[in-house]
Amino acid sequence: MTRTEPATGPAPHLLSVTGLTKTHSTDGARVRAVRGVDLNVARGEFVAVTGTSGAGKSTLLHLLGGLERPDSGRIALDGRRVDDLSEARWAVLRRRRIGIVFQFFNLVSTLTVADNIELPALLAGRTPRQARASREEFVGRLGLGGKENSLPGDLAGGEQQRVALARALVNEPDLLLADEPTGSLDGKGTREVIRLLTELHQQGQTIVLVTHDARVASAADRVISFYDGRITDDTTLDTTDQHRAAAADIVKLTG
Amino acid sequence: MRLPLLALLAAGPAHGYELKQGLEKLFGAAYPQPNIGQIYVTLGRLEKAGLIAGQDIVQPDRPNKRIYELTEAGRESVDAWFEEPSPTPRVRDDFFMKLALAPRTGRADQVTLINKQRRHYLNLMRALSKLAAGEDQDNRIAQLLIEGASLHLQADLDWLERCQEELE
Ligand SMILES: Nc1ncnc2c1ncn2[C@@H]1O[C@H](COP(=O)(O)OP(=O)(O)OP(=O)(O)O)[C@@H](O)[C@H]1O
Ligand SMILES: [Mg+2]
Repeated sequence: MTRTEPATGPAPHLLSVTGLTKTHSTDGARVRAVRGVDLNVARGEFVAVTGTSGAGKSTLLHLLGGLERPDSGRIALDGRRVDDLSEARWAVLRRRRIGIVFQFFNLVSTLTVADNIELPALLAGRTPRQARASREEFVGRLGLGGKENSLPGDLAGGEQQRVALARALVNEPDLLLADEPTGSLDGKGTREVIRLLTELHQQGQTIVLVTHDARVASAADRVISFYDGRITDDTTLDTTDQHRAAAADIVKLTG
Repeated sequence: MRLPLLALLAAGPAHGYELKQGLEKLFGAAYPQPNIGQIYVTLGRLEKAGLIAGQDIVQPDRPNKRIYELTEAGRESVDAWFEEPSPTPRVRDDFFMKLALAPRTGRADQVTLINKQRRHYLNLMRALSKLAAGEDQDNRIAQLLIEGASLHLQADLDWLERCQEELE
C-alpha cells in the first residue's frame, strides 16, 4: 500500500535556517555580517551564540526575529517558511510566537511594570482580563511581586530585565530570542537572569541567546561560536565528572 | 594550607579539629576539604619550623589533645603573607605551547585546538555554576571563591577569541 503521509504533526525543528546571508551597506561600505548560516533548533532547546564583537551575532538574531531581512536563505518556524512574510505578518508573529529581549530592556518608561507586561497581551488581541491573568502569572514566575506599580526607571537593572522577560513571555511564545540580556547588568543581576533563563528552559521554553558572557552561555545546552558571519563551532555541553572534578580543583585553595 | 592555618591561629589558640571546622565553615563545601590527617601533618611541620607551639591538654576520659598557638615568628609570617601581593596568575601555558607548535608539526589544526579548548572551558564553567548553585547562597566567601574562578575562566575564553581572531 503506497500512501504519502500528509505533512501533519510537529515539525522536526522549531527553528530551521538554511543558507542565511545578510550584508549591511552604509555609505558605499559593505559589511557581510552573516555569510551563510545553517542552523536547526529543536523545540525546548536552549542555544547560546557567542563570538567576538562584530562577528554578526546581533544581525543573526535580528534576522531570526524578523527585525532585519536576509539577502538570501530561508527561515522556517515550526515547519512554516517565514522569511518571506510581510512586515505586518512578522509583527503578528513577534506578538504571538517569538518573544525578544535586548541588552537595554526597551521598556516603556512612562508605563508601570504591570502595564508594560500587559501591553503585548492586549496588542495580541487578548481581553483585559486575560492580559491581567497572564501578567499576574509572569510577575509571579519572574519574582516581580510587589513591583507591579513601579515605573521601570525606579527598578534595578536586573529587575528591569526581568520585566522585559515577562513582557517577552506574556503571550507564551514558542521561541525566546535574547541579545546580550545581561550586557548591562552587574554580577547580581546577571546571576538572576541566568537563574531565570535556566528555570524557563527547564519548563520547556526554547531559547536562542547571544552573549559575550561565558557564564550565561554555559547555562545553555548548546553553544555556537560565531566568527566573521559564520558558525565555526557548534557544541552540546556535556559536563562530565572529570569537568566537575577539575572545577573543584580550580577553586581548591592552596597556600 | 600552611598560611591559612597560621592565619586561623592568629585569632587565638586552637586544636586541629577546630581548625578543620574553621576552614569548612569559612569556605563551604565549594572545594575539597583538607582531611584531618593533612591538617595534623601540616601542624607538625609548622611546629618544627617554630611558627607555632603546641601543648598537650590532658583529658580525663579521652586521649590528650594538642592545642596550638602562634609564636612570634608565626605572627611575622602571617604579617608578611598579608604584606606581599599574591603571585600573578599564569596563562594556560600548556595550551599555548600546543597552539604555537601545531603549525610546525602539521599534526594539529589551530582552529580545532581552539574549539576543543573552548568546549573544555565551557564545560568547566558549567561545572562551576553547578558548584555555586549547590553551595549555600549565603556563604559569601564560598560564592566569591567560585565567582573568582568563573571570571578567570571568562578571561581564558576571551583570550581564546583573541587567538582565533589573530590566527584565522
Ligand atoms: N545597521 C547596520 N548598518 C551597517 N553596518 C552594520 C549594521 N549593523 C551591524 N553592522 C556591522 O555588521 C557587523 C556585524 O554586526 P553585529 O552587530 O551583528 O555584530 P555582533 O556580533 O552583534 O557584535 P557585538 O558583539 O559588538 O554586539 C559589524 O561589522 C557591524 O559594524
Ligand atoms: Mg551585538
